[in-house]
Amino acid sequence: MSMTYLGKAVSRVDGPAKVTGAARYAGEFPVPELTYGVVVSSTIARGKITRIDSAAALGVPGVVQVFTHENRPHTAYLNRSWRDEVAPPGAPFRPLYDAEIHFSAQPVALVVAEDFETARYAASLVRVEYEQGPHTTDLERERGTAYVPPKKRNGIAPPPDPRGNAVEALAAAPRKIARQYVSPFEHHNPMEPFATTVLWQDAGRLTVFDKTQGVQNVQSYITSVFGLKAANVQVISPFVGGAFGSGLRPQYQVFLAVMAATELERSVRVTLTRQQMFSFSYRPNTIQAISLGARPDGKLLALTHEAIGNTSQHEDYQETVVNWSGLLYGAENASFIYKLVKTDWASPADMRAPGATLGVFAIETAIDELAYELSLDPLALRLANYTERDENDGKPFTSKELRACYQQGAERFGWSKRNPAPRSMTEGRELIGWGMATGAWEALHMKAAARATLRAGPMLEVASATADIGTGTYTIMAQIAAETLGVPIEAVSVKLGDSSLPKSPIEGGSWTAASIGAAVQAACETVRGKLFKLARGLENSPLANADIEHVEFADGTIRLPGDPSRSVPIDRALAAAGTEALEAEETVGPGLISSRRFSRNTHSAVFAEVRVDEELGIARVTRVVNAVAAGRILNLKTGGSQVMGGVVMGIGMALHEETMPDHALGRFMNHNLAEYHIPVHADIPAAIEVIFVEEHDPEVSPLGVKGLGEIGIVGTAAAIGNAIYHATGKRVRDLPITIDKLL
Amino acid sequence: MNRFEYARASDVAEAVRARAADASARFIAGGTNLIDLMKENVARPTRLIDINHLPLRGIEDTDAGGVRIGALATNTAVAYDARIEARYPLLSSAILAGASPQLRNAATTGGNLLQRTRCYYFYDTGTPCNKREPGTGCPAIAGVNRIHAILGASENCIATHPSDMCVALAALAATVRVTGPSGEREIAFADFHRLPGDTPERDTNLGEDELITAIDLPPEGFASNYSYLKLRDRLSYAFALVSVAAALTFDGDTIREARLALGGVAHKPWRDTAAEAALAGKPANRATFETAAAALLADARGYSGNAFKIELARRAIVRALSQAAAGTPQVQTDKRVR
Ligand SMILES: Cc1cc2nc3c(=O)[nH]c(=O)nc-3n(C[C@H](O)[C@H](O)[C@H](O)COP(=O)(O)OP(=O)(O)OC[C@H]3O[C@@H](n4cnc5c(N)ncnc54)[C@H](O)[C@@H]3O)c2cc1C
Ligand code: SF4
Repeated sequence: MSMTYLGKAVSRVDGPAKVTGAARYAGEFPVPELTYGVVVSSTIARGKITRIDSAAALGVPGVVQVFTHENRPHTAYLNRSWRDEVAPPGAPFRPLYDAEIHFSAQPVALVVAEDFETARYAASLVRVEYEQGPHTTDLERERGTAYVPPKKRNGIAPPPDPRGNAVEALAAAPRKIARQYVSPFEHHNPMEPFATTVLWQDAGRLTVFDKTQGVQNVQSYITSVFGLKAANVQVISPFVGGAFGSGLRPQYQVFLAVMAATELERSVRVTLTRQQMFSFSYRPNTIQAISLGARPDGKLLALTHEAIGNTSQHEDYQETVVNWSGLLYGAENASFIYKLVKTDWASPADMRAPGATLGVFAIETAIDELAYELSLDPLALRLANYTERDENDGKPFTSKELRACYQQGAERFGWSKRNPAPRSMTEGRELIGWGMATGAWEALHMKAAARATLRAGPMLEVASATADIGTGTYTIMAQIAAETLGVPIEAVSVKLGDSSLPKSPIEGGSWTAASIGAAVQAACETVRGKLFKLARGLENSPLANADIEHVEFADGTIRLPGDPSRSVPIDRALAAAGTEALEAEETVGPGLISSRRFSRNTHSAVFAEVRVDEELGIARVTRVVNAVAAGRILNLKTGGSQVMGGVVMGIGMALHEETMPDHALGRFMNHNLAEYHIPVHADIPAAIEVIFVEEHDPEVSPLGVKGLGEIGIVGTAAAIGNAIYHATGKRVRDLPITIDKLL
Repeated sequence: MNRFEYARASDVAEAVRARAADASARFIAGGTNLIDLMKENVARPTRLIDINHLPLRGIEDTDAGGVRIGALATNTAVAYDARIEARYPLLSSAILAGASPQLRNAATTGGNLLQRTRCYYFYDTGTPCNKREPGTGCPAIAGVNRIHAILGASENCIATHPSDMCVALAALAATVRVTGPSGEREIAFADFHRLPGDTPERDTNLGEDELITAIDLPPEGFASNYSYLKLRDRLSYAFALVSVAAALTFDGDTIREARLALGGVAHKPWRDTAAEAALAGKPANRATFETAAAALLADARGYSGNAFKIELARRAIVRALSQAAAGTPQVQTDKRVR
């Protein structure tokens, strides 16, 4: 069937609202009689508050209250009540709970005033005295204390079981390498600061405008922490200015804003500063070790992959780091270890393709190193070890077009023209390097609900509590709805980011398109069925004997293809039935049997060109081709943008991003966007080519969709690092690859 | 941010009077640095004296044959001024290597001279810092010091002056014109910024109550053989790890006069006249350039995170001098280094 909207390059439907400023963000909603809260942050990493003096702050006219652990209201006691949908095992951080300091820049007070300026000034007057405790923040120094997390994090696969005997196989392997890779702390740094505006209404009803990737997750956190009724707490987040995972968990500003609002019985807004956004949620610092043993022809005989990541003292944050090696490569002897080290930092958090960015960087660099060791083409080595099954558990994939990714990416990039010798390609002063890497991510389908409402016009509304963090959720929901009911996309309105809407999981893991998409389609199909019945039931209906399988919904009508006389406008069907609206809500979840029988993954092949001024240590990425197999692509434009954005973030991971800790102070130091470097335009190549490889997969999700939010970043850093090696002969194993490492 | 009063000065005398009357008042020009410092509670002026309405925006010829740049001329206005582009392209290039177009549109010449270090600790009131709070210590020395000094530092402070524009002004031997309660005076550029010594809280030799009114450029602009080369942690919009302003004049194939100044390496724009002297009278070749670089860096000292800058500076000096000698200056919009 030919499609009007699905699979096309449809511009984002929320675009005009965003560029005209009509889109409102959490810290912008106008609320009458609003008060403003400003957070005071701790200066030490660990210890106790011995004295906190709010007198000067309270003395400033316009200050309403200063909240500290000494006067905070009563909140839930059990850890369980503080645990949100994605919380790792452990005791979630409780803001202003007691005198204990768990990490540097922990919130220690909230100053609330009638206006923002007063609150900010008064916050500078709060005096806090500490008894400093000894802190440990250095993963490298503490690596000896690494442990296997006793309790698995929900939704995170533990390392795969060992296969064969990796130690013996490595010892016996004719060729081998053993390498260590290090990745730094990285902070998500979305443009929009974290902010919450709480509208306090009579009888204690709260409307909470929050920056979040999951309104219902925040709602249930608020109700359980503060003992409020769900009916009295509505969480709204229609637009999110980027999050990359930092908005998956309720952050402390939402707690503080709700606490202040319920205590003061006033509306409150709390907006964090950029510096404060370095006090929670980051990609953990990791050290990885990989050993590969191979035959001279490239066949892998043994593979070991061990990763150590830091976590906080109070939670065992876990992500899937080492499994990707086992997923991608079929060594008969393999072992995998994943350990944590407790540090006096806040808990890490999922950051775009959590775990995979790190694990795949390590294995895809190691594979490149092995290719040079064996004098094989890096792509040929990958093909020699290509797997048709998920080698971790022997399951088949719902689909895996990685081979086509390699082939189409290589062809577009011109890989065959590559001179394999390092330092062999130059132009002017610069060395040119070509590198490639594989990417993989999950293709999950989660249970989600959506509602569709059709009115005369025709006008169609679709709604779900999901989020659009810039990924294009609004747009694909509109596309699916318009396509299913045959109305123009302009006639579709989309509601999301509201906890009162049909139930949705957090927007994460790249599952939103598949999951919300399936629910929207199901709801629209139910409406479609109802509508068809009405149309067929009309007096002298032109569709009297027709069957729903044979009609098409197009141009606002229901009709038999090829016979223009047999057509009923949607409006007529609605009018005749005397109903104002047709509505349906549907919940769709993954097929249980299928999810046990198959592995479900997206794959990609990333090719990168760099040019390096060796004398000055400057590397420029000048070309990237990313060939992605992600099932059905709903929107070439927003989907392409997601992959491109992932590549840009991968360039940042390779060359720029790094939060620099001062271990003596236990504090992150480059906590602003001038010194925390992300790529700017000059760092991004004019050509980032995204290829969507055809992949037909009816098994993976009802729409055949796999999701694109994260795959673009996976593999990119390794491809760039490999290209730098090819250019210079220098292998940099600790990210980011900065000037000093190339000199 | 503390509370402050705001007053708008309408002439230079009024601005200077207002400043002299209130020790904790500050002038505000573009505000691109001062406002950030106020937001972070690093600067806590009780009064802002807005000098944006003073008649100090002009760029004009001087009787001495040079050019005078008003203290309020924006970085953009200076960089794209036809006279500056033609006669002092080194200055134009250095300005365009800095910040972003939006910032350059707001930033002024006077403010650029007085912008403060980007040392991470200086900006974070949760940490000690001798420059911010004298006597509290310098955590950068044993801490995160990637962007810190390799020349002229002290045990009290290893911060750098972050300006690009000032590196060119140092190389060009500009003069800073200032007005204080007791009248006008001139400060040679080399004497304007200070080394940290044991008073790191003082960045410059400008009096507390003095206003910068203009910068005078001498007649020689080194317009044929110059280059400003800036190396940083991304290809644009980052402060210099090392930057080099190089300018040469020739007698045939022999260097007649050389100017060499570095940014991002010291508490002040680092012009080295001894290294310049080592270039004068020599042929413009790699050996000459390396000798000059070695002379300039002889006393360089690195710390845990920035020792690489010594070697980087050496290479950058050689490259910038080569670019200048060849008449192929670094183009700031070209991310490839020539
Ligand atoms: C994100 C970011 C990136 C940047 N990148 C760079 C870069 O790469 N390279 C670079 O060189 N710069 C860079 N800058 C710095 C920028 O150039 C300076 O902030 C700017 O030049 C300051 O000028 P201003 O007019 O805004 O000064 P203001 O902020 O108004 O003032 C700065 C100081 O100068 C004083 N002052 C101002 N004018 C006078 C005067 N006439 N007489 C006496 N005192 C005066 C003020 O009292 C204040 O103390 C960057 C800035 C930011 C925020
Ligand atoms: S280097 Fe200077 S500015 Fe930085 S912490 Fe030390 S004293 Fe402060």
